[in-house]
Amino acid sequence: MRKNSLIIYIVLLLLLPVLSYGQIEGEVLKPEGGSFLLKGATVVTVTDGVLENTDVLISAGKIQEIGKNISAPSATELDCQGQFIYPGMIDSGTRMGLVEVGSLAETQDYAEIGNVTPNMQALTAVNPNSVVIPVTRVSGVTTTLSVPAGGLFPGTSALINLNGYTPDQMYAGFKGVPMNFPTLARRGHWDKRSDEDIEKDAQKALKDINDIWERASTYMKLEDADADLTYYPEMEQLAKVVRGELALMIEVNRAEDILSAIKWIKEKKVKKAILTGVAEGYRVAAEIADAGFPVITGPVLAIPSRDSDRYDAAYSNAGKMQKAGVKVALRTNEAENVRNLPFNAGFAAAYGMGKEEALKAVTIVPAEIFGVDDRLGSIEEGKSATLFIADGDPFETKTQIKHVFIDGYKIPMTSRHIRLYQEFLERNPGLEK
Amino acid sequence: MMKFRYILLFGLLLVAHGLSAQSPKGSVLIKNATVLTVTQGTLENTDVLVEDGLIKKIGQGLSVPKGVESIDASGKFLMPGIIDAHSHLALDVVNEATAPITAQVSMADVVNPFDVGIYRALAGGTTIAHGLHGSANAIGGQSITMKYRYGTSDPEGLFMKEAPRTIKFALGENPTRVHGRGKNLQPRTRMGVEAVIRNGFEEAIQYKKKWETYNAAKDKKNSTVTPPEYNLKLETLSDILDGEIIIHCHSYRADEIYMLINVCRDFGVDKLVFTHVNEGFKVAPELAKYTMGASVFSDWWAYKFEVYYSTAYNAAILMENDVITSINSDSNELIRHLYHEAAKTQRYGGLSDEQALSLITINPAKQLGIDQYVGSIEEGKQADLVIFDQHPLSVYAKPQMTFVDGIKYFDINEDVDDQRLKVSPTQMVEPVYLQAEDERCMHGVELFTEEAANFTHTH
Repeated sequence: MRKNSLIIYIVLLLLLPVLSYGQIEGEVLKPEGGSFLLKGATVVTVTDGVLENTDVLISAGKIQEIGKNISAPSATELDCQGQFIYPGMIDSGTRMGLVEVGSLAETQDYAEIGNVTPNMQALTAVNPNSVVIPVTRVSGVTTTLSVPAGGLFPGTSALINLNGYTPDQMYAGFKGVPMNFPTLARRGHWDKRSDEDIEKDAQKALKDINDIWERASTYMKLEDADADLTYYPEMEQLAKVVRGELALMIEVNRAEDILSAIKWIKEKKVKKAILTGVAEGYRVAAEIADAGFPVITGPVLAIPSRDSDRYDAAYSNAGKMQKAGVKVALRTNEAENVRNLPFNAGFAAAYGMGKEEALKAVTIVPAEIFGVDDRLGSIEEGKSATLFIADGDPFETKTQIKHVFIDGYKIPMTSRHIRLYQEFLERNPGLEK
Repeated sequence: MMKFRYILLFGLLLVAHGLSAQSPKGSVLIKNATVLTVTQGTLENTDVLVEDGLIKKIGQGLSVPKGVESIDASGKFLMPGIIDAHSHLALDVVNEATAPITAQVSMADVVNPFDVGIYRALAGGTTIAHGLHGSANAIGGQSITMKYRYGTSDPEGLFMKEAPRTIKFALGENPTRVHGRGKNLQPRTRMGVEAVIRNGFEEAIQYKKKWETYNAAKDKKNSTVTPPEYNLKLETLSDILDGEIIIHCHSYRADEIYMLINVCRDFGVDKLVFTHVNEGFKVAPELAKYTMGASVFSDWWAYKFEVYYSTAYNAAILMENDVITSINSDSNELIRHLYHEAAKTQRYGGLSDEQALSLITINPAKQLGIDQYVGSIEEGKQADLVIFDQHPLSVYAKPQMTFVDGIKYFDINEDVDDQRLKVSPTQMVEPVYLQAEDERCMHGVELFTEEAANFTHTH
């Protein structure tokens, strides 16, 4: 008898894991790999015009073929008639994956302690399972630059695609080192420094940057000479910038500071320089164009940088620079609101940039700036299948994004925001139980 | 002769002064627009005649009265002036963060008519904004409804005199952080917030009784009663209980929203609007039945833990559940494109054009108690109007002209480089604003917590 009950217990214990699964129900939505044939869409290639009624074949993570009446029996077919295919949008400056809840220190991983920490790797801190990622990518933003903040050299930013279970699976092929250029600006009304103190602070910061650059150059020369070097990770990283292996991303916003930054870049013979922020770029657009450095600007949806500015200064900045001949990409400088990138582009378009250039500023132009235009930024055969399908102009709020593909994976079109909508649109019980 | 001139000048000054004491009103005929009335559908190719600040007539082929300017708006869209139910723009001080209840203070005392942000809001089609106390206290100060008549140096020139009184309440993290964690005073929890509000209301009831008793006794023969001590805070709370003041309550979580609904029901208060209300969608049926609605962000979330479980579909869920819903800015930046914020409900929830436009016009007007004056294009209403070059819910739409009381305060073709009314004579280095300095619900309370200074968003 006792033996029997023991056997029953053992059987029950063995059954437990199976029984526990009884608590789980509902559809599992995962990114889906494989081959896909997108039929009959209007393909907005960005680099090669707009192709009407065209098919796109995706397999092995790539755009294999673009053309009419493609046949691929083994591929999953998606009817895209009346819909538009665009390359995935790239946000060229964010804190994507580096922060989960803005105000909580435990979830803030974008600002390390120290004034000079270029060796801090954003890619390491990106959380592939951040709730923000599904919220963002269903909007057609597939690729973001995650940028550390604070200090003179806050870290190394990383370009990521918004799909993958490890940072390496997400890595999209570009890293850059941001540098905050010293500013002669008063940073808002709370900044109560005297004019003299502002100038003193900026001069000191510039002297520090010059010293650091000098040290990094020396470090590079010693490295090149195979010298026996003491462990110095900050300089090791900056030496890569001096050598030109990594781009230097110079954050600078005030007009006069932009001119100083251009002068500094030329003096130091920086090999790969990108200007970021550039809020007052429109004031010195010709000078930026002459210098030939690419610009990442934004947010477009921002208040003007000075009280004396025109109300639309931030809206029209990108367009004015682009028209002056500057290569301009857009950023939101956001974390949880990166999904507003298309609307930033829409405002830039309305205030002088035009739709076509605004689209380029969130696709092929950043791809070129980051040196990944062989893989991203347009719909071309051989490129990564990182794209989205929409029922209209993706900058318009009315438009619905129907499908998103990242590196050939079909992304589930859901997020916590959508699931809450599904649950609460018609709550049950309603007012009465 | 000289003397006569002086008298004439003096007389003119008197007239000018008399005019400025009352807000000026304008007359204009806007012709051939697509009129988005909000309450009475879309009227194609229609004229709107404004006289002395009011919409006199809506129709086709209206003739131009003598001396009235006529504007051809063919191919353009005319909508009511946009109303922001939650702003801190043009307020010099926002938080009296010294006690959990500060109903005695008023934002009307700190209005700054020189804030260039007013002009920028007009350039985005916003004509009315509700200037609120901050969110540091469970019961904060009284708010002020402003018409953005930019150009006046008199703060009162911005007041919308017809608007009923309003007051700010705040639930959750902000009052508990400032008082409980910052100063070791109640409330430190959501339980404490409820108790603070209930205690305040009870105290007001006792205060009112004392005055009633005194008033009943004082006129009796040989009465020796002395009046109770006057208390502006409790006067204000009594006025809330009497239904003279509309509550606009900063809130995030569904449980605290539900709590205040219950508190207000217990005290017979039904003039209650929830603002921000990120989890409002979870208690939509209750909001629909017991409140004057919810004023939400279009898509802000995750800037603090309280709003981690938000959804951009909030406004759409609330609208579909018959909650009076509006979209607010709480930001000097968003207030410039509330038409775009409203348009996001078409991506997140598929609202119709009319539903989306009501979020920034008639619905906030209802929540501020001013819907009989503004919020739609109807004959007899005040002529707060915006002309757009395209449908205002398009991301490409640009406001062309903005009118308040029939007077044009913004014209895209007459916009000049510097629109400031006042320039600092001492400031050599002009402040340069980069991102996010405009988040102001908790403006001025950083003193109480070190970490607050580092927040990007501090609503």
